[in-house]
Amino acid sequence: MNNIHDLTETAKPSASNGGIAPDPQHPEKIGVRDLNFFYGEYQALKDINISIPDRRVTAFIGPSGCGKSTLLRTMNRIYNMYPGQRAEGAIMVDGENILAQRDLTDLRSKIGMVFQKPTPFPMSIYENVAFGIRLYEKLGKTELEERVVWALKRVALWNEVKDKLQQPGTGLSGGQQQRLCVARAVAVKPEILLMDEPASALDPISTAKLEELMEELREDYCIVIVTHNMQQAARAADFTAFMYLGELVEFGPSEQIFTTPANERTRDYVTGRFG
Amino acid sequence: MQKDRQRFLMRFGDPAFRSLTLAFTLLVLMMMGALVYVLIEGSWPALRIFGPAFVWTSGWNPVTEHFGAFVPLVGTLITSFIAMLIGVPFSFGLAFFLTEICPHPLRQPIAIAIELLAAVPSIIYGIWGLFVLAPLFQHDVEPFLIATLGNVPVIGMFFQGPPIGIGMLLAGIILGLMVLPFITAVMREVFVSVPAVLRESAYGLGATRWEVVWRVVLPYCRKGVVGGVMLGLGRALGETMAVTFVIGNAHHLSTSLLAPGTTISAALANEFTEADGVIYTASLVGLGLVLFVLTFFVLAIGKRMLLGSAKGGLA
Amino acid sequence: MNRQVVKRRHRRDSFMTALSLVMTGIVLFTLGSILFTLIWNGLQAIRPSLFLESTPPPGSEGGLANAIVGSLMMTGLGILIATPVGIFTGTFLAEYGRHNRLAEIVRFVNDILLSPPSIIIGLFVYGIVVIGMGHFSGWAGVIALAVIAVPIIIRTTEDMLSLVPDALREAGAALGTPRWMVITRISYRAAFQGMLTGILLAVARVSGETAPLLFTALNNQFWSTNLNAPLANLPVVIFQFAMSPYDDWRSLAWGGALLITTAVLVLNIAARLTTSKKA
Repeated sequence: MNNIHDLTETAKPSASNGGIAPDPQHPEKIGVRDLNFFYGEYQALKDINISIPDRRVTAFIGPSGCGKSTLLRTMNRIYNMYPGQRAEGAIMVDGENILAQRDLTDLRSKIGMVFQKPTPFPMSIYENVAFGIRLYEKLGKTELEERVVWALKRVALWNEVKDKLQQPGTGLSGGQQQRLCVARAVAVKPEILLMDEPASALDPISTAKLEELMEELREDYCIVIVTHNMQQAARAADFTAFMYLGELVEFGPSEQIFTTPANERTRDYVTGRFG
Repeated sequence: MQKDRQRFLMRFGDPAFRSLTLAFTLLVLMMMGALVYVLIEGSWPALRIFGPAFVWTSGWNPVTEHFGAFVPLVGTLITSFIAMLIGVPFSFGLAFFLTEICPHPLRQPIAIAIELLAAVPSIIYGIWGLFVLAPLFQHDVEPFLIATLGNVPVIGMFFQGPPIGIGMLLAGIILGLMVLPFITAVMREVFVSVPAVLRESAYGLGATRWEVVWRVVLPYCRKGVVGGVMLGLGRALGETMAVTFVIGNAHHLSTSLLAPGTTISAALANEFTEADGVIYTASLVGLGLVLFVLTFFVLAIGKRMLLGSAKGGLA
Repeated sequence: MNRQVVKRRHRRDSFMTALSLVMTGIVLFTLGSILFTLIWNGLQAIRPSLFLESTPPPGSEGGLANAIVGSLMMTGLGILIATPVGIFTGTFLAEYGRHNRLAEIVRFVNDILLSPPSIIIGLFVYGIVVIGMGHFSGWAGVIALAVIAVPIIIRTTEDMLSLVPDALREAGAALGTPRWMVITRISYRAAFQGMLTGILLAVARVSGETAPLLFTALNNQFWSTNLNAPLANLPVVIFQFAMSPYDDWRSLAWGGALLITTAVLVLNIAARLTTSKKA
């Protein structure tokens, strides 16, 4: 395994990696190496190389169709649900290439995902959170309850729902539903959280709450977020990657990307001069 | 233990469940295969003797064991034709009323009532035809038709003979009544699916209601309308109970629509359990095969057209 | 602006509107009269003996008890058989067979099976079950009704599962849920009401079917719950009694017709209520 890692590392020193200095406190959690992605014949990602640090928020930005969501969807191999979609290259998580991993269940227990629109399951609030836990652990009634409460508290939803745990999750407001989905993901105790435009369907107040939550969670998780909202990336993300037409154009600390981008296209995009 | 079981379900649950659903899917496919096989196998003794000419030979004689599908087939086509002649314009008129004219608060209730009527079992239409419409036809409608249309050249030959109520005309009308709610429901559905902007821009140009429907709505969903009509035709062709009560079951072809006749389904309903002799039974199954092929094509075309127009999800 | 043209257009519009009103009037009147006759004649036949006594020989008193029970048994068992077949096949089509040749074929076949002449289903089941067993039987009727119900359940199951957003399936998969659990625990729950509606509609459709029972369950004049022998059922009794020259029998036929229509309409309305609650 390690050999492949080294080979890919040396085979192609990436110019687009933005060169983030390795930080002992925030070592690489996800390492994407020469990733190409195809929807049938169409190539959606071209030679992506990126190193995503642990316990930090990393944002992917770029115009629609640039491949930012696609890149995110390779990281837990959710694309595997659809025939005709395939990825080449390697994605190293803790030194293991997940593209070669066979057991998706284990992979996904480690990587949680939150979607563009809230996706509460058609069951009660309690059952929504308990659903994922039951997949991996056989807990007693009290332990399970404790874990559900813990997850709901973790996303600051507990106070709002503690009196209606048995009501359907679909009855909550959009922002609450989205936080419920984060709680559902967190309850499994993953190490990575993938968020695909999690605030795009939310009102400004709910969005602010969600960003607060990310700020809170990044101490414990490696968070990767796709957003079309540049202010959001600037506010919430430690690192930002700009993508364009399936390629990674520039990657670096958010401050640098938004104030002194090295690439002209990045500058045009972040200053809103983009076609 | 518990954990092992969980692991096991996680790993083998998927192929197991997929195979389960696949097995039932294949069962449905086999059902269709078996249906075709049973019809062919069952009618084989008759087809072997009469050959393809079975379809266009007339004659239905259990004593001499001479059978041909022509008379019931023509009966099926004529009654269905009459049904469409009534069903299509009336359905269109109703759909026009429901989508453009009717006051808004009444639209939903009437539409629902019509959809419910489409669900009423056909046997109800049959006994109503037998007990209510047949006497009315015998005493009033048919004598009037014979006295008036009966004397017109050419058309006159369709309205000859004694007024006995039951016959091809009455069967066709009952069929028309039966498919009417169904076709109306489909038409209304397709009409409503026309984007509001299209309708609004036509009204905005000063088009009248009729022009909006005739020139904009109808062309826009032509395929869906034809599809709905074909599905209605498919029902009419194979309908048994609405027809059997009022057709008279006579294996004999008359130009007069007032005379009793038969259709494939009525012949089956009346004779199948009483048929004795291999050839007789096989000929009846052969009738079923002819009907199946006929409705197969009509339904297939209808489905194609409905799918072609918007995503029509109607039965 | 040419006034003549505008006038002519408006005259045509008024004419067509009037025509449509007249047509609607005729149709609603006729359909109303069907219901009225049904209720008028049917109510006269409804009395306790209708539910307590079996079908009589001509000229004597009796009821439809044997036919009602026979119909309930056959409809119930037919749906019991059809439900798993329909739900699993619908599941395959919606969940596993989106871009699959086999699913495409089955979808087409199912569309055809959805509305073939039901008398042909009767011939089919006669050819397989009645000839196989050597005699008419309640079981043959059960199977004929099941064959009619299956396509309806397949269709609604597939439609309702297709309405479940993919995001929900992805969210399930992202938690590491195996596919079969995503389907059984999430998709089924989300589509539950719609699937139930499909089953109710299938019950409604099947309970009024007459033609396929003529050659399968046949009829039985006496009280019987034996599925291995010919079994009485409402539709066939209505058919035979209505065609008879006896007034008692005709009256019973109306009574049976009213029972069936009421049941079918109630089921359809119930089906509507289950879906509208969801919206």
